[in-house]
Amino acid sequence: MKQSRLFPWIGFIFGAIYFLVPLIATFEFSLRMQRGIYSFKAYQVVLADPGFQASFSYSALIALATIIVGVALVVPTAYLVQLKLPRLRPVVEFMTLLPLVVPAIVIVFGYLRMYNSSSWLPMTGSARSTDLLLIFAYVTLSLPYMYRSVDTALRTIDIRTLTEAAQSLGSSWPRILIQVILPNIRVGVLSGAFLTFAIVIGEFTMASLLNRPAFGPYMQLIGANRAYEPAALAVIAFAITWACMGLIQLVASFSPGQKR
Amino acid sequence: MSTTALPATAARERRIAWSWLGILPFLLFSLMFLLLPAANLIVGAFQDPSGNFTLQNIVNLGQPSIIRSYTLSLEISAASAFGGVLIGFALALATILGGLPRWVRPTLMTFSGVASQFAGVPLAFAFLATLGRTGLVTALLFGIFDINIYRGGFNLLSFWGLTITYLYFQIPLMVLVVSPALDGLKREWREAAAILGATGTQYWTMIALPILWPSLLGAFLLLFANAFGAIATAYALTGSSFNIVTILLYAQIRGDALHDPNLGYALALGMIVITGVSNGAYIWLASRSARWIR
Repeated sequence: MKQSRLFPWIGFIFGAIYFLVPLIATFEFSLRMQRGIYSFKAYQVVLADPGFQASFSYSALIALATIIVGVALVVPTAYLVQLKLPRLRPVVEFMTLLPLVVPAIVIVFGYLRMYNSSSWLPMTGSARSTDLLLIFAYVTLSLPYMYRSVDTALRTIDIRTLTEAAQSLGSSWPRILIQVILPNIRVGVLSGAFLTFAIVIGEFTMASLLNRPAFGPYMQLIGANRAYEPAALAVIAFAITWACMGLIQLVASFSPGQKR
Repeated sequence: MSTTALPATAARERRIAWSWLGILPFLLFSLMFLLLPAANLIVGAFQDPSGNFTLQNIVNLGQPSIIRSYTLSLEISAASAFGGVLIGFALALATILGGLPRWVRPTLMTFSGVASQFAGVPLAFAFLATLGRTGLVTALLFGIFDINIYRGGFNLLSFWGLTITYLYFQIPLMVLVVSPALDGLKREWREAAAILGATGTQYWTMIALPILWPSLLGAFLLLFANAFGAIATAYALTGSSFNIVTILLYAQIRGDALHDPNLGYALALGMIVITGVSNGAYIWLASRSARWIR
């Protein structure tokens, strides 16, 4: 059956235009800071701003901590659910999907009610403990993605055989997880990590409501007060998202499944 | 004594206990940072300021300004989800079943992965630079076609403006969600239908769409919930002036804009109910469509 390719092409080109035009427009806008000529002035201004440097490093650090806590929480759980406690799978999967059901703003509202400075666990009492609360907030936010990547990676390897082999060689449980399982699911863990980074780095709602000096609230502030810098920030943010997704594809191409 | 009498069973029990211990941090974490905070709000929604049970907060949700913000949120979410499903499905259909060159599909998938995550504050900036008052497309439409969209009544800070902006992540999300379902349409079904004399239209209306509809409806609900909980884009576009429910809740958390903390909890409860129903239906439909698409 020979079918016309005209409509598919029209659809594809329409899609390409819809996605590319805002990017081109944003880039063009970001070059307009100096009157009459195109220049990278807006980028220079943004990158030299101490507020940018401080908020970006803060968010990058929080993202890193989120990834570490997330991996430490998800890997043992997904491993044990698959190997020993399959009956718990529905419960655990429900929990990991919950952050998609409860909006971020509602989750952080709950935190503010539960962990405010006059509660039984005053986590918003000091800046450091609020940072910790923000990290936990981001762990919940990235939980669906992290769990899914790790769980998928665990399915592609034979964890039972690997575990039994390690056990018969006298490995302890922490050692099995860190030296046997983790290296074998590194592709899944890294995918989850990059996705987490992309989500956390520019997140606005939770950081803003917890009053932390993160990149998202900084961008919002610049957007409310400046003309051309926001466009430069949008281009930078898009480049970061693109880099994270590119890295996911790159590590996936090194995965054991791809070689065969 | 029992360990020597039944060594195997005891060892097995101990191992199971160890497994439970290993999963305990996760369960504790979910309890403290997901379940209890949400439950806390739900309880607060049914309490008066002194902690007694009341339904007054739920009744108070009926005041016109709150109803309006819920309505606007629901409209924008529904419109952007509907547009996202329609356009995303067409796009996926074109690239997967349209016989386009091989490079098209991975390109679209990569781009969808990026664009579906490109939300929040930067997305607002991008659309201000595109369709804002001094945006590129606005200027081009005026320069080339002499159309002033702002004089024509368009405003980025409106129902249509926000819907178009949301479509930027809704369409790619749809492409990602629906592609596995399209891959699941087996060649044999199409061939069998053709052998029995079905036309292309008959194949689509009588075979493909009935198989795909749980996926499509499920995707709609997923996109709907996705838009409903979003706030950063709208907030960066409009400041606190745009009356959708997430922005109202943000103002309430920031400075008790409703002058009634417990009404704020009820507002959050309403949001949980709406996204909960939407996602619950999605999960149910996804399990239904999983029967066909393996």
